Amino acid sequence: MRRFARLIEQLDSTNKTNHKVEALTNYFREVPKKNAIWAIALLSHRRPSRPVTTTLMRQWAAELAELPAWLFEESYHIVGDLAETIALLVQQEAEGDNPSLSQCIEEIIELKTKEEDEKKSYILNRWRRFNNFERFVFNKILTGGFRIGISQKLMTRALSKAVEIDENILAHRLMGQWSPKTTSFEELVLDPKPEDQISQPYPFFLAYALEEGFHEKEEISDWHIEHKWDGMRAQLIVREGKTFLWSRGEELITDKFPELHCLARYLPNGTVVDGELLPYKDGEIGNFNALQKRIGRKTVSQKLQNEVPIVIMLYDLLEWEGKDIRTHPLAQRQELLAALSKKIKGDGVPLLLSEVMEFSSWEKVAQERERAPELRSEGLMLKHKDSPYAVGRKKGAWWKWKSDPKTIDAVLTYAMRGHGRRTNLFTDYTFALWRDKELVTFAKAYSGLTDAEIKKVDQFVKKNTTNRFGPVRQVKPELVFEIAFEGIAPSQRHKSGVAVRFPRIFRWRHDKNISEANSLDDIKKFLQ
Amino acid sequence: MSLLKFTSKGIYCSQADVYLDPWKGVNKALITHGHSDHARWGSKHYITNEINVPIIKHRLGSISVSGKKYGESFKVNGVKFSFHPAGHVPGSSQIRVEYRGEVWVFTGDYKTQKDGISSPFEPIKCNTFITECTFGLPVFQWEEPKYIHAKINDWWAKNQSGKITSLLMGYSLGKIQRLLKHIDPSIGKIYTHNATEQMTKVLRQFIDFPETHLITRNTTKREVEGNLILAPPAVMGSAWVKKFGHLSTGYASGWMAFRGARRRRAIDHAFVLSDHADWKGLISAIKYTGCENVITTHGYTDIFAQYLCEQGWNARTEKTQYDTETLEKAIAE
Repeated sequence: MRRFARLIEQLDSTNKTNHKVEALTNYFREVPKKNAIWAIALLSHRRPSRPVTTTLMRQWAAELAELPAWLFEESYHIVGDLAETIALLVQQEAEGDNPSLSQCIEEIIELKTKEEDEKKSYILNRWRRFNNFERFVFNKILTGGFRIGISQKLMTRALSKAVEIDENILAHRLMGQWSPKTTSFEELVLDPKPEDQISQPYPFFLAYALEEGFHEKEEISDWHIEHKWDGMRAQLIVREGKTFLWSRGEELITDKFPELHCLARYLPNGTVVDGELLPYKDGEIGNFNALQKRIGRKTVSQKLQNEVPIVIMLYDLLEWEGKDIRTHPLAQRQELLAALSKKIKGDGVPLLLSEVMEFSSWEKVAQERERAPELRSEGLMLKHKDSPYAVGRKKGAWWKWKSDPKTIDAVLTYAMRGHGRRTNLFTDYTFALWRDKELVTFAKAYSGLTDAEIKKVDQFVKKNTTNRFGPVRQVKPELVFEIAFEGIAPSQRHKSGVAVRFPRIFRWRHDKNISEANSLDDIKKFLQ
Repeated sequence: MSLLKFTSKGIYCSQADVYLDPWKGVNKALITHGHSDHARWGSKHYITNEINVPIIKHRLGSISVSGKKYGESFKVNGVKFSFHPAGHVPGSSQIRVEYRGEVWVFTGDYKTQKDGISSPFEPIKCNTFITECTFGLPVFQWEEPKYIHAKINDWWAKNQSGKITSLLMGYSLGKIQRLLKHIDPSIGKIYTHNATEQMTKVLRQFIDFPETHLITRNTTKREVEGNLILAPPAVMGSAWVKKFGHLSTGYASGWMAFRGARRRRAIDHAFVLSDHADWKGLISAIKYTGCENVITTHGYTDIFAQYLCEQGWNARTEKTQYDTETLEKAIAE
């Protein structure tokens, strides 16, 4: 644990990518493989399930620090991170035996089934014997959410240096569902057996938002243009007569979409496609919100399947006849995909091909982009015809050119302190719209302001608090912001009657006072 | 009638017609220490501890100021005043105010740790204690300074052996001299920014410091290489710093106890070292005074006052304009 905590401290104390990679590489080289695989798991958000509730952890920490519960909570709101708050409040009493990372995690796994008093004595004992940073890391493992600004890409790069295996091959090996409990470092990283690989997905290739000046320097004929369908990105694998479906978050979601299982009959073994899951009924693509109903459920009833049938809209072909063809040019992969889709498409086959569109000018492309909302698309994808299917987010070959967001002017009504880098600053905001003379909450937003603007809003919140509810401050309605969002749907769960997708602050409307903010009736006009 | 009142100009003693650390110009101002939010420009006459006299003259230019020794008392219209060490920075004081048997103490800023350059904090018995609480949250628990100074020396020595220049940043008055006092000069040469050098020069008449070399226009990147530069936090990212190429940056502040603050500040090495009392320091200071009433002035005032009330003190909060050392400022500089 000492070594792992030191690694996290090193990663935390530099903002230079090279230093981070170096620290990680050294770690992977030095530590026993048993610990290394747990480090890979934690840094790729695979953590043991939580053995205690955070409520209990708060209670125990307050007790150990001899503080009233309210003072613990106040401290937590200001620090903004539970693991860190506890690390700061509890003092190391003695240097104890320091378990290895894998030993410590095994203890945490075993803890899950223990009685509460056993859990308490174990955790308190560890708290007292770790130093501040070890305690912080230990708490992070306990509470999950190990987000420390290390991307999977960066971790993979470091591992690649340490084990001398190509980065892209490693990225592929680390995909999917695995656990250090059942897999060894050798099996996962060094020497995976092909028979364990049948469900293994490829890393998704992701696009950046289109950059300024693109249209001036690019020839339209070099680009493959299609819609960016508004559903859920997924990868479908057919190997050895079985279907596997993966979400972009590397979750196996095969069971949630039983209607796609039949694709094992239509697609030959050794086929992997990239596509978008879409609700599709009576020959029409449905609303994203319908899809969300499907995702939310643990078990999918026949009734729900009938209500919201799903298809996969195909974008790309990654594996063909058992061969990884990701390095072939897009145009070639597309030809194979088109031929494949032509052969099997028909009534009842839950599969569509995303149409590649031909345009004579970028102006025409721009016009098509404006049609996106009515087609249930988020905008356009521009992919270079020679591009490979790369790993992760890369610039240059693929771009997304999303539709302009919808915007509305809303009033800031509540604020909460942020987390992480935003510790102690009021950065999490709630916005409201008018209903007659009342302001009704319609969205929360966390991003979109510059650091300088955040500071000004923070000052405003501190000076204009009218009420406190725990960590939340109610503020005097005075500031107006233009809020951008992607989609909107009616909602019974929200007081406003609408739910918006990806709300964020578009800009601060210094020029508007609150009477000029929009109303709920205004936003409801966006509902189609 | 309260002996001290909180007015729009500052903390006011009407019986003596003097202000304590006023934030607007007044006739007579008693000053706790030289930081800019406590010693402000614009008053006709200043009274402060004798060590603070050259400090505020350096900061405020030609002002009318008289110096008092620690513990030396003087009367204004029957009110007895005296300055006592606050341990915050050199020349810093708590101000004791006594009238007809009632005693109030205003702390300005203080710390209970010894820093090796300021006269150590002196506990004073009083009825009402007006206390800062910049770090008035239990999450703040300072480590012993000797460990921090050792870490700083290790950091410099390691950089030095890799021929990397170290840039150590802290407030020009107090923090930088505290750092300088404990730096091991055998590691290399110590260079200073002009703001740092000038304030240190003022303090050299009272305190022994290792030798420093002022960075001028003629100072080359080459001669500084591997050595240490002391500078105020504002230099971060400036052209002045860029001249020295790749540096390892260090910043010393109590706020560096927060991981979020360390990350936001984007420095290579954060050292948790503060010139304010931590949670336990604040509470022990209050206990020592034997006071019944506590007034919290700046920092986590509401939370701290609420806690003190629960513990049996009669505590309340007053608004002031002492605000230089908030987390936001520590990070933004």
